[in-house]
Amino acid sequence: MSFFQAKSTTTNVKHSVDPAHQPWVEKYRPKTMDDISAQEHTIAVLQKTLVSTNLPHMLFYGPPGTGKTSTILALARQLFGPDNFRNRVLELNASDERGIAIVKEKIKSFARQTPRAQAVASDGNVYPCPPYKIIILDEADSMTQDAQGALRRIMETYARITRFCLVCNYVTRIIEPLASRCSKFRFTPLDSTSTSSRLSHIAREENIDVSPEVISTLIETSGGDLRRSITYLQSASRLSSSTNPPVPITPQDIQEIAGVVPTAVVNDFARTLGVSVDEDMDMDDLPANGKLKGFHSVQKKVKEIMRQGYSASQILSQLHDTIVLHPTLPARQKALSALAFAEADKALCDGADEELWVLDVGLRIHKAITAP
Amino acid sequence: MLTYPQFRPKTLDDLHYHQGLSIRLKSLAASADFPHMLFYGPSGAGKKTRISCTLRELFGSGVEKLKIDQRVFISPSKRKLEINIVQSNFHIEITPSEAGNYDRVVIQDLLKEIAQTQQVDLNAKHRFKVVVINEADSLSRDAQAALRRTMEKYTSNMRIILCANSTSRLIAPIKSRCLLMRVAAPNLEEMQIVLEHVAKKLKFDLPEEASQQIAEDSGGNMRKALLVFETLKMQSPDLSGPLTIAKPDWEMYCHKVADLIVQEQSPARVMEVRAKFYELISHCIPATIILKVKLSIWVPNKLTDNSQTVAERVVERVDEALKADVMHWATIYEGRMRLGSKKVFHLEAWTVKVMSLYKNFMYNFDMADFE
Ligand SMILES: Nc1ncnc2c1ncn2[C@@H]1O[C@H](COP(=O)(O)OP(=O)(O)O)[C@@H](O)[C@H]1O
Ligand SMILES: [Mg+2]
Repeated sequence: MSFFQAKSTTTNVKHSVDPAHQPWVEKYRPKTMDDISAQEHTIAVLQKTLVSTNLPHMLFYGPPGTGKTSTILALARQLFGPDNFRNRVLELNASDERGIAIVKEKIKSFARQTPRAQAVASDGNVYPCPPYKIIILDEADSMTQDAQGALRRIMETYARITRFCLVCNYVTRIIEPLASRCSKFRFTPLDSTSTSSRLSHIAREENIDVSPEVISTLIETSGGDLRRSITYLQSASRLSSSTNPPVPITPQDIQEIAGVVPTAVVNDFARTLGVSVDEDMDMDDLPANGKLKGFHSVQKKVKEIMRQGYSASQILSQLHDTIVLHPTLPARQKALSALAFAEADKALCDGADEELWVLDVGLRIHKAITAP
Repeated sequence: MLTYPQFRPKTLDDLHYHQGLSIRLKSLAASADFPHMLFYGPSGAGKKTRISCTLRELFGSGVEKLKIDQRVFISPSKRKLEINIVQSNFHIEITPSEAGNYDRVVIQDLLKEIAQTQQVDLNAKHRFKVVVINEADSLSRDAQAALRRTMEKYTSNMRIILCANSTSRLIAPIKSRCLLMRVAAPNLEEMQIVLEHVAKKLKFDLPEEASQQIAEDSGGNMRKALLVFETLKMQSPDLSGPLTIAKPDWEMYCHKVADLIVQEQSPARVMEVRAKFYELISHCIPATIILKVKLSIWVPNKLTDNSQTVAERVVERVDEALKADVMHWATIYEGRMRLGSKKVFHLEAWTVKVMSLYKNFMYNFDMADFE
């Protein structure tokens, strides 16, 4: 068990996986920087380094599934070509043991061998092949402060022949002396146009029929995380193609796969709490808002929802959106509800009883809304 | 489990409810492309049964030849951990929460070992072995992080099936690597069908009212329903006539404690209640259950349905507020109980809180009467 483990999935595919059964996130990992969707600014800057071949130390940060790992791998591939990739690029993944000793050892032995220049690769292309090696430290924010401190010295020692690329989700978890040595690149959640075109591209390649509604559900449920939306799409297509005869993918399939509670269920819950939901407005006779429901109907509704097996955190997060983004609810009621949501979130992370907390939030919202 | 293991469904076709799920599982098992899966839903909904039916669909009846091993793992601090492992030639089943804080060690060692060994049975329908991880939602964060990488790396000879009550405590990277299978609790009719099916197998005539009552009483928990059915049948062999579903002793005991709290609010009563809590806890009744059962009894008891006079209406209104408060504090203390180490402290604190709320409410109500 080492702190860092060489990642075998991308650098050397040992387990020969039948491409037909390969996870699509790997199959459709961008090969070159041109394939990276969105992140235009970052890509534009990095493209220049291909010409100048003068690479700084880098720090990539941003939420999961936005292309950080793919970008650095693509950049490295374009710099070194297929033949040299293996001996020029070291990809290390944070693991659970937080010792720096092993990292140091690995980096030391890797950085010791002097890079050979060899411009023309076996595929006939010419690669810049600059005279340094790239060390990718993925998930760097899970390194301890001490390890990061030690890393700083390692970076200095091998500065001449190595370039480091730190990849993380939270830039604030990287110590300042380390961060300040790097050019920082921020990766943003993917916008819906980019997500949509990437997903459509995959659907075309895989020969599956995906309706615009399905795409937009994928976008909604994945919050700019392309890895998630691609995984959802693959799961949905597995399910739909394995039924006999195959059935088209529906938005409901995606919601179910993503563990999302159907909107109707959330709205129904909100209504029980005294919140009028959009659709109510369209109805001819407005709901008898005066006839508010009490403790028992809230309790009953909560029981009913929990029996369906939905996860408490998911229900609460969707109910949160319904209430906080509600067009007409007074600010005070929203504020009181927000307090309840925050407490519940903490409690659920601590492992508290789910049903009790959903009920408690429900009752508090109900109280806030029905208070005279 | 003593609840009629002989009638436990073995194949996906035998399963009574959630037909849609079974169809999906069946076709997934038939395709070469079986994903990692996460089964989640309330307890007693039938997750485990569904998982074992899926395994059987994947590998045939060979998965039923089980052996139980005790394996020893060594923690980083050199402590020995003994874990029970149930396995067949095709799958292995673990409950890593048995290892407490060292669950990561168990997960890493075991999974690596399995991932690196090839399926020995050349006739096996699939190259991979399945690892079933029970109570996945109680895996520590470290263990989940360890799982995350393993799930990506070793897809060629291993598939993971996680079983959990809820997905709330699973980290996002794990959820997004699994195909989520939500197993809802069966509804009343569905439970009745299962009960009637078992009754028929026993050549036993289960009256409609009886099955209905058992189903209603079990709160969507099929395991509990079958248990109640079994007990009732032992008590009265034909189940005709009025049926009283006996609550377990400890549940009756909880009722009594609840009554004690409502009847009198005083320091002496707190002491009395506390002694009873100790009694319950020493009988291994989980504190969360004690709290919840008590709530379910006495919060609803306070309901007065047909309010006629103005005074009664007032009571009902205020009473409503009290109910929510009682619930709220139960929720708060339940949470604290999990983080703290002395469960009885929190049960006691809740008792005092409720007594004080109750007294306050009665007092204010009396005062209002005078105005
Ligand atoms: N900007 C992007 N353009 C194209 N594909 C992307 C992009 N971001 C993520 N992906 C897809 O998601 C998967 C995971 O991306 P990755 O680069 O590993 O994300 P992370 O930012 O978490 O390192 C990739 O295999 C790829 O299929
Ligand atoms: Mg990454």
